[in-house]
Amino acid sequence: MRAAIGGDEAAYRRLLTDLSRALRATVRRGFAGVSARPNEVEDVVQEVMLAIHLKRHTWDQTKPIGPWIMAIARNKMIDDLRRKGRRTEVPIDGMLEILEAGGHEDAIHAHDVNRVLSGLNGRNREIVQAITLDGHSALDVANRLGMTEVAVRVALHRSLKALAETYQETKT
Amino acid sequence: MKTDDLIKMLAADNASVAPPISRTMVLALAAGMALAAAHFFTVLAVRPDFSYAITHEARFIFKFVFTLGLALPAGLLVLRLARPDGTAGVWKWLLILPLALLAIAVGLEMQVVPADHWRAAAMGSMPVACMKYIPLLSLTPLLAMLIALRAGAPSNPTAAGAAAGLVSAGIAAALYATFCADDSPMFVAIWYVIGISIVVAIGALAGNRLLRW
Repeated sequence: MRAAIGGDEAAYRRLLTDLSRALRATVRRGFAGVSARPNEVEDVVQEVMLAIHLKRHTWDQTKPIGPWIMAIARNKMIDDLRRKGRRTEVPIDGMLEILEAGGHEDAIHAHDVNRVLSGLNGRNREIVQAITLDGHSALDVANRLGMTEVAVRVALHRSLKALAETYQETKT
Repeated sequence: MKTDDLIKMLAADNASVAPPISRTMVLALAAGMALAAAHFFTVLAVRPDFSYAITHEARFIFKFVFTLGLALPAGLLVLRLARPDGTAGVWKWLLILPLALLAIAVGLEMQVVPADHWRAAAMGSMPVACMKYIPLLSLTPLLAMLIALRAGAPSNPTAAGAAAGLVSAGIAAALYATFCADDSPMFVAIWYVIGISIVVAIGALAGNRLLRW
């Protein structure tokens, strides 16, 4: 992580790949009692990774990174359980009012994430696709789309923040 | 979305790292203090006998021991609570110290001042102004800290907000104390404490609503 914050993109990619494996095991263990489906586990893993990415400046580099990662994972797992809990604890006889009141779905699903991604305006979607599908760097994408590298980076960062906010909105 | 795709996106966004949260917090605190001081000098002024009182009047000096004694540990706390792995830990017990000193000062005051003057000492000359100005002067530092905390990732948003409120209130109360003519610890224990508590409550509520991430 230290190398990544210092600007080493390859180191960051390796870290994230290792991290996704470790987190998958952690989340699975954390959800052992709640019988989560594999795609639910994966949703939480992604939410944790996004939070780690957007909040990596809150890691104190003089301290070991493990507890910091675990603290973020714990927070996000609790959030997720809370969302699910609210969904399952609603008594059936109150359900009708909630439905009539247009009660919205609390839990976030993979399709919410996909909706955010497809809801991005054309340019941003092109950028995200070029980076994810074709594995281009920000510089390559910039050259291809005739944009500056900075503009590509800004657009990508905005898209990631929008993604994090989707999780946030379904929380309260 | 596949996790591998997310990893590609995150790696490509590697250069976007924000400045360390501790730096952001310290800058916010400094800006908030400067704004609160500017606010103080536009609406109030340091009392005329300040330079005498600060060297000769124990009661006046104690007002700063108490208010800064709260602001300092609260500042350390808010720095810790801005991080997901930061806990109040033993640091929160440092807050007991200014409160214990205040209790001792009140006890001493009750020894020195005859009982039929207690009421006058506790009410002072401007109790309502104290309750009003401490929250008002806290607004800018509290706002600055809350904005900075939004860049953080507090595991306990309510506690982080309350700590931000306490730092702000401590600074505001110390500023107000340079104006305020009421020096009795009995006055401080009632009206300063009420003013500070209002700000802590506002901070906790705001933290709970604004600092989730």
